[in-house]
Amino acid sequence: MSGAQGGDLNRNPPRPDRLDHAEGASVPLRSHVREAQPRGAVINGNHPIDQAEAAERFIAAPEHERMHDARLWDLRQKRDRQMHGIAEWEDLRRLASEIKEHALTHLDHYLEQFEANARANGIHVHWAQDADEHNAIILSLLRDHSVKRLIKSKSMLTEECGFRDFMAESGIEVVETDLGERIQQLDDEAPSHVVVPAVHKLRSDVAAVFARTLGTDPDDDDVHYLTEQQREKTRPLILDAQAGLTGANFVVAETGTFVVCTNEGNADLSANTPSLQIASIGIEKVIPRLEDLPVFVRLLSRSALGSPITQYTSHFRGPRRGGELHVVLVDNGRSERLGMEQFWTSLKCIRCGACMNTCPVFRRSGGLSYGATYAGPIGLIIDPTFNRHRYSSLPFSSTLNGSCTNVCPVRINIHEQIAGWRKVLAETHELPLMKKVMMREAGHLLSHPALYRAAIATADSALKHLPRFMVYNRLNTWGHGREVPAPPRQTFHEWYAKNRPTGQGEPT
Amino acid sequence: MRIGLFVPCYIDAFHPEVGVATLELLERFGLDVAYPRDQTCCGQPMTNTGCHAESAATEELFVRNFTGYDYIVAPSGSCVHHVRCDMDAVEQTDDVRQVRARTYELVEFLHDILKVDAFPWAEFPHRVSLHNNCNALRGLNHASMSELREPAFSKPADLLSKVRGLEFVHISRPDECCGFGGTFSVFEKGVSEKMGYDKVRDHSSAGAEYVVSADSSCMMHQQGCAQRLEMPLKFIHIAQILNGARA
Ligand code: SF4
Repeated sequence: MSGAQGGDLNRNPPRPDRLDHAEGASVPLRSHVREAQPRGAVINGNHPIDQAEAAERFIAAPEHERMHDARLWDLRQKRDRQMHGIAEWEDLRRLASEIKEHALTHLDHYLEQFEANARANGIHVHWAQDADEHNAIILSLLRDHSVKRLIKSKSMLTEECGFRDFMAESGIEVVETDLGERIQQLDDEAPSHVVVPAVHKLRSDVAAVFARTLGTDPDDDDVHYLTEQQREKTRPLILDAQAGLTGANFVVAETGTFVVCTNEGNADLSANTPSLQIASIGIEKVIPRLEDLPVFVRLLSRSALGSPITQYTSHFRGPRRGGELHVVLVDNGRSERLGMEQFWTSLKCIRCGACMNTCPVFRRSGGLSYGATYAGPIGLIIDPTFNRHRYSSLPFSSTLNGSCTNVCPVRINIHEQIAGWRKVLAETHELPLMKKVMMREAGHLLSHPALYRAAIATADSALKHLPRFMVYNRLNTWGHGREVPAPPRQTFHEWYAKNRPTGQGEPT
Repeated sequence: MRIGLFVPCYIDAFHPEVGVATLELLERFGLDVAYPRDQTCCGQPMTNTGCHAESAATEELFVRNFTGYDYIVAPSGSCVHHVRCDMDAVEQTDDVRQVRARTYELVEFLHDILKVDAFPWAEFPHRVSLHNNCNALRGLNHASMSELREPAFSKPADLLSKVRGLEFVHISRPDECCGFGGTFSVFEKGVSEKMGYDKVRDHSSAGAEYVVSADSSCMMHQQGCAQRLEMPLKFIHIAQILNGARA
């Protein structure tokens, strides 16, 4: 933080001499304090998730909160630098949005086109209505091939489907090939971010997890040591797995192919090591033509990590010689979402995570505080489509500041949809009674000038009712960590009556 | 030109001097300014919480108070953003549409409508850090946004650059929300406070004596945070500086 930086577009910190690793921090973020890792939201049946409570526990772990905020803000800054390197950035975003909207409004057509072309390429195509069908289809494929161990690369869709737990219950071992996801798997924790799943962990947390699960030295938190140990322990499991599972970033209808973008090459590991390859793909991933793909490839990694492109952009168009390739196209609530007039454009999402990186609430709360598959701004608008009651408080975990909308490479009006969800939740009785009652009282007072003037007539009573009519409510949350403003001697209203006695004050 | 002055509830009660500065400033330009006495609020606290039905009567009252003016001016980007962009709980009659279209935030009004090129009476010999309210920034286009690839501009900085002696300092995260967020500041107080602390530390590290903003609500939150951290940071509304306040 320095006052020397210019206020113009060159306000980013100077570029480091070395090349950034795509997923690495460009500033050293070493913590010297051992601090227990704060855990995510408390899940209590179908009760609404209390994100604010989990966020407070995250903030109460200052080493974690500081590192998390700095790390993600660093990604946001790297993203900004990439944006400034591309003159047609805003045109690209518009184009990407239009392509997605076109594809989504002709989804049936493009999916059928993909299916036909994929089959012609020798790919087996399956359709799954929901998570259960998805899991069942894959299980039967694995059983048919007597698979004991499945290696898989990161896929948010499989998180949606509770796939890892399902496989564990079915007696099939799953090994994650993405390092961050592997850390989360070993710690029995969900990913906290769509792109960097273990970003909420300090290296000391990772050392503790590896010590517990892989037998490493708990006091050695050197990243090279930890990575190498993990690699040594996991590689043998990968090499003799009998099946591999990936997700997909894009599905191309005209070619019947799909594309997976990673930085570790782990999707290729999952796809190319065993002879049975399966891809779980949400139906919204389809784009019409190969020609459309570069628009997204240029936007994806720049938005996500501030690197020009992912290290690997792998195209899959058919089974390996002697192998089998299966694609499972999954709906799981997507066609219902497509029918929601206010919210269907959330399906444009390419899961870049930029909205999380820029979100000031996410950075200070950690992704696990949302208690849902999707965290951060995009989570606030799609989680309620999975379970309106359980995720009814999430759309309130936002200041509606709009930064998410501005960074979104496919121009989803995220913050407007967050506000839209608040309205839907209020109308469908999903607001806590306290909020509802407060708002009813406020609405009554504010629409009756005489009552209102009486309510704020004295400094004391004004403090009770103002500002925003709930700040100084009986719970007195304002004064918890902030000083309250000094009570006024006179309101503007009174000043005006005294100083502009002839002021018209009435409209014509 | 008849101007209706809208003084949002928290300015009326806690920062009356901001209302006074706004009125006096507009009067300096020879404008006919009236303050409709039955005004209360624009309805934002309720809609911000999703309670549109609970907001309708307040919005209706707002429109009743301000129908007939050529312009409605308020020293608050957040409230103006609500009126112009989100005031749809009330039935959209011609009066409602007209009031919404004619409502301006003070900075925009001075910059875009009056096109003021000098404030000869204004002098503020201090180092100031400019805080843009998120609604004013991203909803009313007060300034260019760091997330977008667009030419740099800033309407409030433009106006303040015409004030003698004023020196800008620049913070490291200029567009980062300060965590007020209306009802968010209450319902999610932990994150709200942390965001506020980070924001005032950023102002302070940049060497600011004053934080200036076109929105009192953000500043009230930030001021509360700065006082809790025992920082000597001072806060002032842009209307006061442009009206000639020296400190
Ligand atoms: S909503 Fe937009 S910014 Fe957020 S993850 Fe999806 S594509 Fe990225």
